[in-house]
Amino acid sequence: MVSAVETEARPRPTSARERAIWDIAATVVDPEVPVLTIEDLGVLRRVVLDGEQVTVEITPTYSGCPAIDAMRDDIVVALARHGYPDATVNVVLAPAWTTEWLSDDGRAKLEAFGIAPPVPRRTDGGVDLGLGIRCPHCGSLHTRAISAFGSTSCKALYVCQRCQEPFDYFKQH
Amino acid sequence: MTSKRAASPVITPEALAEQISAAKLVASEPVARYALGLGDDALILAQRLGEWIAHAPELEEDIALGNIGLDLLGHARSLLSYAGSAWGMAEDDLAYFRDEPEFRCHQLFEQPIGDFAQTIARQLIASAYFHGLYRSLGRSADPTLAAIAAKAVKEIDYHLDHSSQWLLRLGLGTEESARRMQRGLDAMWPFVDELFRRQPEIEELDGIAVDPASLRPAFDQLVPRLIVEAGLSVPTTGSARGGGRQGVHSEALGPLLAEMQVLARAHPGEAW
Repeated sequence: MVSAVETEARPRPTSARERAIWDIAATVVDPEVPVLTIEDLGVLRRVVLDGEQVTVEITPTYSGCPAIDAMRDDIVVALARHGYPDATVNVVLAPAWTTEWLSDDGRAKLEAFGIAPPVPRRTDGGVDLGLGIRCPHCGSLHTRAISAFGSTSCKALYVCQRCQEPFDYFKQH
Repeated sequence: MTSKRAASPVITPEALAEQISAAKLVASEPVARYALGLGDDALILAQRLGEWIAHAPELEEDIALGNIGLDLLGHARSLLSYAGSAWGMAEDDLAYFRDEPEFRCHQLFEQPIGDFAQTIARQLIASAYFHGLYRSLGRSADPTLAAIAAKAVKEIDYHLDHSSQWLLRLGLGTEESARRMQRGLDAMWPFVDELFRRQPEIEELDGIAVDPASLRPAFDQLVPRLIVEAGLSVPTTGSARGGGRQGVHSEALGPLLAEMQVLARAHPGEAW
């Protein structure tokens, strides 16, 4: 069963020692969007210290996301550097990652980096409904989708109709 | 693994088999066979979509079809890892070291890519099918299958959106684009029926597997409506013989496997 702990966006551990490990793992960044840490993304799910054995759980943004392997390696390296040489990193699929877990700080960092942060999108009706996507360059809401699939699984391609700049949109998921 | 909190279901694409066996939660034989069929569907379609890399009509479509293939490959990895846990096999053993009659994919997925319209026709059928399937499978009594499905359905949403939009664009585009879109639908339609046939082998998996026949009404409500909306006709072609779930395949699968497996078989156990 999925407990409340796991559905929290950032289930930071309560024990001081686990929290220290969490904070080290939380410094690892997304290799494709290096302004976001795995904590900002909500990809970091759990840290467990059992005796001396450290286990970290992360969740992929998309099923086939190749960045997950790089993140896993980076967590092992970061923990080894801080005195935890034998950490195990598991990839968990449940509960499924959602852009709801993206932190407010993360959203601001995305926009500053030139990627529009996700806005809610409805797919349950006859017509897909989404709020306007704001251009991260000029702030205009007058933007147009070019393709729902972009340079990485988590991004779509947009273009601004006002400043004419193309930009990436971190799509709602 | 001792945990101070309620354990969450731990499902890893790579180390799944190992962890599940450590927790003595190996997939049972019927569940593994079911996961194998679903995994093969996703794997073979992902391989087909990969053929579009550098060949799609425009750059954005190259990226889109590659992304969709990558999502499907992710589903395949999870499903095959889970299936393999029953037999002590890893995802790569199943993908690279089985021969044609051992594959369990439906024949729709192994068909050649054809032109772009034919690929869109298959994507439309496949995405509508996967959408219903994974939505139901998300409620499976098997937590691993449910987790894989809950993750997949969000991705399939975008795939269905992609193929529906292209169907409309090509159907309502030029005379030539409409002709090709219709031809693509006609070519793929004989393989629709097989997706929804009852499978006696999963009947013992009540509450775990999804009865394919139960998915047909939603498919019939959605896809023909979209085809008509695109100004095209719902094909009236007969059904292909089918039998993919029993290892009976069309002539298209052999060459696909030859290409997909050659490197792994030429250098067994090699890594990069």
